[in-house]
Amino acid sequence: MSLDLHTTAPPGGGGDPARPARATHRRPASFTKLDLKFSPYLYVLPFFVIFAVFSAYPIVYTVWIALTDRSPLNATISFVGLDNFVELLTDDPQFWNAVVNTFGIFLLSTVPQLMLALVLANALNRKLRAQTFFRMAIAMPIITSTAVVALIFSMIYAKEFGLANWLLDLVGMDPIDWRANRFASWFAISTMVDWRWVGYNALIYLAAMQSISKDMYEAAALDGASRRRQFWSITIPQLRPTIIFTLIVSTIGGLQLFTEPLMFTSGAGALSGGSEGQFQTITMYLLDVMNTRFRWGYAGAVALVLFLLIALVSLVNYLLARRISSDK
Amino acid sequence: MSVPIRRRRLAAIALASVAMIATTSACGSDDEGSGSSDDPIKLVVDVFGDQGFGYDELYKQFESEHPNIKIEQRGKGLGLGDYNTRLTQQITAGAGAGDVVALEEGTIVQFYAQAGKFVNLADHGANDLKSNFLPWKWEQGTTPDGTVLGLGTDVGSMALCYRSDLFKAAGLPTDREEVGALWPTWDQFIAAGQKFVAADKKHKFVDSATNFYNVVLMQTAGNGTGYTYYDKSNKLVIGENPDVRTAYDLSTKMIAAGLSNNLQSFSNEWNAGFKNGTFATIACPAWMTGVIKGQAGDSAAGKWDVAKAPGNGGNWGGSFLAVPKSSKHPKEAAELVKFLTSAKGQIEAFKKVGNLPSSPQALTDPAVADSTNEYFTNAPVGKIFAAGASDLKPVYLGPKNQAVRTAVENTLRAVEQGKPAAEQWEAALKNGEAAGK
Repeated sequence: MSLDLHTTAPPGGGGDPARPARATHRRPASFTKLDLKFSPYLYVLPFFVIFAVFSAYPIVYTVWIALTDRSPLNATISFVGLDNFVELLTDDPQFWNAVVNTFGIFLLSTVPQLMLALVLANALNRKLRAQTFFRMAIAMPIITSTAVVALIFSMIYAKEFGLANWLLDLVGMDPIDWRANRFASWFAISTMVDWRWVGYNALIYLAAMQSISKDMYEAAALDGASRRRQFWSITIPQLRPTIIFTLIVSTIGGLQLFTEPLMFTSGAGALSGGSEGQFQTITMYLLDVMNTRFRWGYAGAVALVLFLLIALVSLVNYLLARRISSDK
Repeated sequence: MSVPIRRRRLAAIALASVAMIATTSACGSDDEGSGSSDDPIKLVVDVFGDQGFGYDELYKQFESEHPNIKIEQRGKGLGLGDYNTRLTQQITAGAGAGDVVALEEGTIVQFYAQAGKFVNLADHGANDLKSNFLPWKWEQGTTPDGTVLGLGTDVGSMALCYRSDLFKAAGLPTDREEVGALWPTWDQFIAAGQKFVAADKKHKFVDSATNFYNVVLMQTAGNGTGYTYYDKSNKLVIGENPDVRTAYDLSTKMIAAGLSNNLQSFSNEWNAGFKNGTFATIACPAWMTGVIKGQAGDSAAGKWDVAKAPGNGGNWGGSFLAVPKSSKHPKEAAELVKFLTSAKGQIEAFKKVGNLPSSPQALTDPAVADSTNEYFTNAPVGKIFAAGASDLKPVYLGPKNQAVRTAVENTLRAVEQGKPAAEQWEAALKNGEAAGK
């Protein structure tokens, strides 16, 4: 718009301003008024159209479908009220198994991930040789596709000829069937998640650390505070908003974990997440219900409960993180 | 000032962009109208599986007979599960599916409920072709109320593929007649396997418990109740059907004997198992010969052979071709379906990927009946597979067969991973029930 105004700015000045003025007067006044009133809405319309089609409508539709028994196998759709939710919460051990798995993997991946990211960021915040190289390097994994990461890691954790079992063998331990054992599968999936996201979080922490005033560290150093003391008493409290941010983002990502556990097995029935659902997450269960059992209404209920769970956990995270600095 | 004019122009641009978004999203894949028969027409054919359906030559032939038609195939390399998920969504949405779609034996029942979304092929003269198909195959492709949903392509039939080089090393017979005579029953098959693993510690006898299980189940059900997890009124009868229990127990017995290579079927490990030759036998419906050849590759040519399967007859797999109502050219698509499923078309597919014809004429045709498969040590595959196919008894598979099957298969994988069989049978009943709900 500004470009337009510039190009039409009269180069010579003089009598030119009169011309555009006449142009406006030629139009009926009411049209101009309408134009002024509605054009702005038109400008922002594209966003809202896209939002309505791709976000608002699906959300509303999910709520509606969750109250029905919709399925491609049913000729008619009937309204079942809250039946889907009642079944889900009271009579569905597979769903609760998926909830446990999701939270287990979430804790097992997020806690070390954020701690490691803090330590890494702290290390990179000092003066280092080839600083930019290291800072770039830790962020590299984020640009690799999740599918590729999952594929390579599932080879590392292969039962036979896998790198992980080879290493275990080197130190004299028995090989592990990573997909059969519940905790082993959680561990394997967590390493995939962490490999990808530690660097990302470290970079965010690093950016936040750089904005902490150097004066505080100097003052603390004068008072005789050790490096470690400075880290706990200055860096961590100052990072509070950033930690809350990364916690919430990790929570949303962790509770929606899908590609890594899905790609951990290949072939028929990968959505089941292991022979006994050892690593079936909520999103995998959702798709299992929707695409292999064709219970679309029920899948809608699973999606809504997942949404509520994420909201709940984010709130808990927020409350916990708020205490970090007030404790110190 | 000039602002209002600019505003109007911008408003027009904004409007135009909104309109553009609207039209691009409304735009379908192909919008050629169905005018006169000379207009150029594109037909999309959706198939699945790593080997596809072996139709390339047939497409060319059809195109040369109908110069205005171009055929595009999608889906080669796509697993059946992913394919079926996508197809279900497209059929339900009424958009996006090909003009001709493949439906697998295990999933076609699911589409009976949506028969209204498919072109009734009887309206395009399919009823005249009834004698072109094995009676039970025709029946599977027809809904209970008589709509011709799909025309049959292939049937699975049943045999056993084995590595003769590994058999020789383990001191077992290698001649296919003698090998077939080793195992008149599945129990004797397991006994032969025990001999094999006692002599050869490096290889396993069977690829996986689940493939073994499916084959035994389909055979037992074919000779027994005629259905598996669902009875013919679509009631879940996993626990009540003795055939399921029989197949399950045989599979756990096979696992306990240490014969299974524990590879999840169609997984990367399973594919690698063919390449590395880690197992000696695999239950072999006709389409499996194409899978073996594709996965094991040229280096294993001549090492594989085909023998008669234990037990009596049996069928696993086989597909149909159907035309969704969303097709803009149902007439031409139906023509293509009739062409591809004709005896001639089925013989061509058999030559390409080994899919056994479902047409009695094709089965008795010398091109099939007398055919040998060079890859499988020139085994007379036509004779072996066709012999069983003609007098097969159909097995009814219920609407959520795939989901229940996966749930039951998972419990067998758990047994392979060392969980107690009795406990897993209980889990199979419980999870199968939940999956079929």
